[in-house]
Amino acid sequence: MSEASPAKAYGLHLGVIALLFVLSFLLPEYYHGLLARIMVLAVFAMGYNMLFGYVGLLSLGHAMFFGAGLYGAGLAIIQLGWSVPAAFAAGLCCGAVLSLVIGLLALRTTGVAFMIVTMMFAQVFYLAILYFAAWTGGDQGMVVPQPARVLAFGATSLDLTDPTVRYMAALGLFSLVLLMTLAIVRSRYGRVLVAVRENEERTKMLGYDTFSNKLAAVVVSGTICAASGAAYALLFGYVGSSFASVQYSILPLLWVLLGGAATTLGPLIGTLFMYYVIDVTSGYTSAYLLIVGIALILLVLFFPKGILGTIRQRWLGWLP
Amino acid sequence: MHFGPHLLLATLEGLVTSAVLALTALGLSLVFGVMRVVNVAHGEFFMLGAVLAWAITSAIGGHPALGFLAALVIAPLIVGAIALVAERLVLRRLDYNPEATIVATIGMLYIIQQLALTFYGPEARPVEPPFSYRIVLPWFGYSGYKLSIIAASALLLIATWLVLTRTRIGLIMRATQYDSETTQAFGIPVGRVYGGVFALGAMLAAIAAVLIVPISQAHYLMGQDPLLLSFIVIIIGGLGSLRGTVVAAVLIGLSDGIVSMFFSPTLAKIIATLLVAMVLVFRPQGLFGTASR
Amino acid sequence: MTDKNGFFDLSKTGFTRRAALKGLAAGAGLAMAPGFVRYSQAQSSAPIKIGFQSHRTGIGAAYGRWYEKTTAAAIKAINAAGGINGRQVEVIIEDDGTDPGRGAEVVGKFATQHKTDIVFGTLFSHVVIGSAPAAGENKMPYFVVSEGHHVASTKLNRYVFQPGITDVKSQIQSMAPWIAANAGKKVTQIFPDFAFGYDHRDYLPPALKAQGADVIAQIAIPPTESSFTKYFPQIPAETEVIYHVMVGPAVLTFVKELGEFYGSNRPQLFGFIDSLEAVDINSPGLEFLDGSHFWEGSPRYAQPDDTEAQKAYRAAVGIDDNGAAVGDPKDVSTAAHMFGCWETLYVVKKAMEDAGYKGPEDRAKLVEATEALKEFAEGPEHPQGPKTFNGKIHQCFGIQNISKVEGGKLKVVHKTKIEDGLYEPEGDYTTQAL
Repeated sequence: MSEASPAKAYGLHLGVIALLFVLSFLLPEYYHGLLARIMVLAVFAMGYNMLFGYVGLLSLGHAMFFGAGLYGAGLAIIQLGWSVPAAFAAGLCCGAVLSLVIGLLALRTTGVAFMIVTMMFAQVFYLAILYFAAWTGGDQGMVVPQPARVLAFGATSLDLTDPTVRYMAALGLFSLVLLMTLAIVRSRYGRVLVAVRENEERTKMLGYDTFSNKLAAVVVSGTICAASGAAYALLFGYVGSSFASVQYSILPLLWVLLGGAATTLGPLIGTLFMYYVIDVTSGYTSAYLLIVGIALILLVLFFPKGILGTIRQRWLGWLP
Repeated sequence: MHFGPHLLLATLEGLVTSAVLALTALGLSLVFGVMRVVNVAHGEFFMLGAVLAWAITSAIGGHPALGFLAALVIAPLIVGAIALVAERLVLRRLDYNPEATIVATIGMLYIIQQLALTFYGPEARPVEPPFSYRIVLPWFGYSGYKLSIIAASALLLIATWLVLTRTRIGLIMRATQYDSETTQAFGIPVGRVYGGVFALGAMLAAIAAVLIVPISQAHYLMGQDPLLLSFIVIIIGGLGSLRGTVVAAVLIGLSDGIVSMFFSPTLAKIIATLLVAMVLVFRPQGLFGTASR
Repeated sequence: MTDKNGFFDLSKTGFTRRAALKGLAAGAGLAMAPGFVRYSQAQSSAPIKIGFQSHRTGIGAAYGRWYEKTTAAAIKAINAAGGINGRQVEVIIEDDGTDPGRGAEVVGKFATQHKTDIVFGTLFSHVVIGSAPAAGENKMPYFVVSEGHHVASTKLNRYVFQPGITDVKSQIQSMAPWIAANAGKKVTQIFPDFAFGYDHRDYLPPALKAQGADVIAQIAIPPTESSFTKYFPQIPAETEVIYHVMVGPAVLTFVKELGEFYGSNRPQLFGFIDSLEAVDINSPGLEFLDGSHFWEGSPRYAQPDDTEAQKAYRAAVGIDDNGAAVGDPKDVSTAAHMFGCWETLYVVKKAMEDAGYKGPEDRAKLVEATEALKEFAEGPEHPQGPKTFNGKIHQCFGIQNISKVEGGKLKVVHKTKIEDGLYEPEGDYTTQAL
């Protein structure tokens, strides 16, 4: 993989962000709303990619980090009556603390055991939501009331339920996380992570403390996923246990693998692709899962490194 | 109910769960051990076994035992054939790359689930047990069929163990698991071994499903729980260890039953799951594994 | 494995989304992409569009299929009688996968892409709650047929209505007097450990207490459970009635294991038919239920005293005297709930006519007209029975049936009164802004 100049790499990413900004004024209403949702979930995928793509740790439990953000922010607003920024911060904190604890425990394992342990912790998290139904609303979940979803700055206020505000908020979060991952990946720390992925023993022998590097990656990854969950609660107004179920742990894996693991833009492309395949095919047949399944198999047969990964491998070696 | 009978009941229930789990997990363990493939569609092969059992028993009619025995033979064969085709068409072309096979088997999961929904429907459908004898104990009644599941599963496990340890096929499979390249160098068609192992793994899941379906109906979403539990069992048991798989299945089945005696059910599930997770955290190689791979 | 359970049943009735869109394009005489039809051009002659949020896949699929059948029958009847305000009615179906996240997206899709007049038809509570914010933000009237207490709790918003089926809190309350008088005074409850079960957990004990009976144990079963015997020892020996509500595919196992556990020497059983919707009461293993009692919204089996309206409704939907699809006795319907689709559509018709509804710009008027409704008389439009409607909490209240399993059929032995199920309103939607 050749290295891109900073100008080229940042230029590309700023270009993508500018494109998304312009699209806000061009897209028909429905796709405008859909894209806002996709950007929020792409943040979830980017968080997952941090750990899976760059460190090579396959977790099947990231729904709990998304859920921590979702419930952290949602409960803060609904049960404690906090303001939007405070609730968002609460979501982030929940994600950071949870990922630190899970990281400390789960990183004692590697490989498939890591995958199973994270899955089991996520299952515990999911069951705990059901168990504490008096506060969480159990499987039915809770609605974040519309009047509470307003960002107030003194006299002016921004209504997060307004489509344009929502789109821009989603874009803001997305851009921030995208540029942050790009910076991390290109940093010294990012290279250590890749070294851990490629050969942990050697990295250790070179004098790096691989455990704390991995732990930091888990926390960064978990916090980004929590940011996505918190944004989902605030922007779309629903907090529910299905977002913490195992299905939502598999989804980011799928999005990342489709878009291309260890590429900064892959998560967005994978999420976009899956959403559109489901949306378009569900219009023609109720058996759309069949088509999704076939699409997955064809993709993995002919684009084994994901969409962007294949492009990088064949044509654009400099892609970050 | 008093403590003694309650414990007996919880133990019996736990053993039935363990029996089915051991078979299902063994299938997953073989595939993972020999091929290094994480087969996410394993639960769907389990579901297919149950759905086919319903189709076969309702097509045959007559005495329930007749249809059940037919299902016990035919359903796993069909499932094995489907798995073989999937292996040849997809997994082989992916060169068994771990990440690619996860995506591909997720794809298979969607396809099988959707086809089951389309052709079988969303309802849960019952299959009559081959015999329905109720064992009457002084404190409660218990299904005789459930006890027979434990026996059947034990027999099948012993048979699998004999095949793995006493036959040439078993030797080849173990050799492939240990070092596939060297095995290939000795002239063993590793590709075909993989195909066979994948089919065998699916068949074990299908057999487990046919055994359980008379007590827990066929439904197109029934594959998820067995999949998750099987993953847990093979990791706890230690990869590629038949003995470990069986012991872990018994352990998990029993703990599920007995923990439920002392706590409210959902809390019991939380505690049981945490317990198993902690075992893994502090003994990552599993109970019987030698080292994590 | 025949196509009787197939997924594409409705394509035969010409009721798919594509067919609906084709009809729309033809009806309106527009060559534009159907999804982007502008209303100003399409008014008066264009059909009224109802977005149907259906559980076609996921855990709710068995219900979704019958909800679609009932809806198709009601729309056919409404259109044959001249439609609504002289306009034909068209249904556009989107699958929500019985998932709240996807549910919210589907409501958004109806509002912004299909530009339907209303959204209708959701059953599962978590999907209703997940979709409600999207309905409120898009100012889209959202008529659910869910029986959950969520609408009446006034925790959702002004655009969400449940005018076609009584909520579960009211159902439970109206069951209590009969249980205390006829089944027994010491009740053990077994229910799923999720929200649907909690309604039963929370509302039954006070309702029974008022009748001089007691809940002596409550056993919550985790939703992921597939085997139940291990919980039965927790049922106290002095239990006179087991009150059971189990939802999901595992219910057959539950009944069977209860049978094996108790044999013939069992307490009285009272259950909610939700457990056995779409399940043949004569399935192997269910013999144990003989002689037990069930709540039913609308009776599954034809009763000797059925009204003409009930008979006409059953014929229109296509279910036989046993509540199964005509021509396929194994395809059992969800009769106890699906009548709600039929009745809700007639409420929508009434409200649209009262409001002089012309198009999406009249949605606020439609909300107010619906809130102004007071009662629905029994008849072809409301075959399940008479109902009252509380516009402040957007919830209707009707009669309930208690049926006994006898000779492989469900026979109605008691009908409650509407007053049995009334309770103090918990809030008022009409104070919210439109």
